[in-house]
Amino acid sequence: MMLRAEQISKQYFRRTGGANYFHAVKPVSLELQPGTVTVLCGRSGSGKTTLLHMLSGLLRPTEGRVLLGETDLYALSDRELSQLRNRFIGVVPQGRSVLDTLTVEENILLPGTLYAAPDRREAAARWMARLNIEALAQARASELSGGELRRTAIARTMCAAPDVILADEPTGDLDDENTALVFACFREAAAQGAAVFIVSHESDALQIADRAFRMDAGEMNPL
Amino acid sequence: MKTVSLALRNLLRKPGRTAALAALTALLAFSVFGGSIVVRSLRHGLDSLESRLGADIIVVPSSAQSKVSFQNMLLQGTTGAFYMDAANLDRVREVDGVALASPQLFLASLKADCCSVKIQVIGFDPETDFFIRPWMEESVSRELGELDVVVGCKVEAEVGEIIRIYDERCKVIGRLAATGTGLDTAVYCNMDTMKTLLQAAEAKGVSHKVSSGDSDEQVSAIYVKVREGCDIGEVNSKIQGHTRKASAVRTKSMLTDVSDSLAGISSTVTLLIAAVWVLALVILLIAFVMIANERKREFAVLRLIGMSRGMLSGMILKESALCSLAGGLIGILLAALAVFPFTTLIETSLGLPYLRPETGVIVTTGLLALAAAVGIGSLAASWAAFRLSRVDPGTVLREGN
Ligand SMILES: Nc1ncnc2c1ncn2[C@@H]1O[C@H](COP(=O)(O)OP(=O)(O)OP(=O)(O)O)[C@@H](O)[C@H]1O
Ligand SMILES: [Mg+2]
Repeated sequence: MMLRAEQISKQYFRRTGGANYFHAVKPVSLELQPGTVTVLCGRSGSGKTTLLHMLSGLLRPTEGRVLLGETDLYALSDRELSQLRNRFIGVVPQGRSVLDTLTVEENILLPGTLYAAPDRREAAARWMARLNIEALAQARASELSGGELRRTAIARTMCAAPDVILADEPTGDLDDENTALVFACFREAAAQGAAVFIVSHESDALQIADRAFRMDAGEMNPL
Repeated sequence: MKTVSLALRNLLRKPGRTAALAALTALLAFSVFGGSIVVRSLRHGLDSLESRLGADIIVVPSSAQSKVSFQNMLLQGTTGAFYMDAANLDRVREVDGVALASPQLFLASLKADCCSVKIQVIGFDPETDFFIRPWMEESVSRELGELDVVVGCKVEAEVGEIIRIYDERCKVIGRLAATGTGLDTAVYCNMDTMKTLLQAAEAKGVSHKVSSGDSDEQVSAIYVKVREGCDIGEVNSKIQGHTRKASAVRTKSMLTDVSDSLAGISSTVTLLIAAVWVLALVILLIAFVMIANERKREFAVLRLIGMSRGMLSGMILKESALCSLAGGLIGILLAALAVFPFTTLIETSLGLPYLRPETGVIVTTGLLALAAAVGIGSLAASWAAFRLSRVDPGTVLREGN
């Protein structure tokens, strides 16, 4: 399914500076096509995360619509939107997102347990092997390194086989070898029909991009 | 994995946090259950005494200490012996409005060679008695013969055993049900046995004669039942005027002291419980705010992977319900361990009749305490859950970077 943003923008209130409010993201339209990898670069604070959150249904845009297929995300109830995100949208957020109380494997399986879904243990084992964390399957998140946590979060997203993958700085904590591994995984997901969107302030993601954009002070332009 | 098992895992894998929260609910349940049981036991003791006494008026010798010693005998089971002229019994019966009047004779055994135990012996008249017999019928089937005694539930003597009182060998033929009062530590016999015992005591140099009297006979107390429809106060003053060297006491007024101190203790306990609850509730709310902050990111991640606000609130509520259920059960168990084995200690330190309520009442109190603890835990949690489910996951996830 295609994820489409129609003229979405986000404004925040800020006291300092001339104006009382500013655009974290200026009005922008974007289409994430199935089978493609889209990369968004940009400096810190340019609005990348804000845009990604709006695309994922986590942050209501000040203006504009986000459509998954024909469904307007922000017209749904919280219940419907939550279930839709669980089923179709996989988000790898910036920073820590692995639950301390669960093991790596339980973390990866967690999204599949919230609503009725087929057993995903096999897929989980496969993705853990792909991302070199199979030895950590029974480890608690509190015992993991930053890079291992990152790969766990990626495996959690991949395991659910979502139609849309939104990854925020997915290789931030990773060495070159693991970065290549993760990019290969995203490419593979795209090859299987997922629409992949990667946000990064480094340019190495560009090597796997079908389309690339640059964000500057809330304004997105093709690269 | 349903949210229950996720909740359970969250609890089990953060044992420190879970234990702290459970301890708070345990404190709540402990205070309300323990406190209520103590108050209920006191009330039950008073009720039992009231129904046991069954007399409207009790006539005792007018000497200053006899009323006090009679009261102590009933309430605390101390021994007492005081006597008045037995002619008073006939005088009481002559008073208009008296339906029944039955005498009792008291004797205190000694802690000496001649006696097995130091104990209060109460002789009653089987012909006229309306006080001991109904109680006795609950547990003793046959009539009391010469030198037969029945013991209160706290007397250390088995049925069938012989106990020596002033070297008289008395046979224990029954044991009475608990009343929670001083009556539990006494030994009961009929008047003939009592006279034998009095003579035996006399022979040991323990005198029981009243100095001046119309007859040789003595009684210690006269239990009076007033005829239906007559004013007890009026009958009381008539008896007062008609008897000699005796004072008539209304049973109610004697019990007023007891119920006054009971009311005092009740309100103290209630106040204590209230203080504990207010304190625990404040701590609970603070704890939930702190935990909510600590777990903000965890909850944002759960929302991110597709938990709805409702599911998240449900999980938080389940966690707190499970946790406070465990805490509540522990608290009730601890309170039971603190209250039940130390019944005697509580009883003697309060100096009031104390009788454990029926099992049904205990169970109900336990369930109510548990419900209250779980309820208050869930209340604090629902407030936290409400606040948390409003938190915007996008903002939280962005903040953590
Ligand atoms: N809730 C908010 N309230 C006010 N300002 C906000 C809020 N969220 C984001 N901003 C501002 O919007 C701008 C864009 O933030 P955003 O997190 O999208 O940047 P980013 O491109 O992801 O940066 P980085 O690469 O450092 O993660 C920043 O200047 C930030 O301060
Ligand atoms: Mg960012």
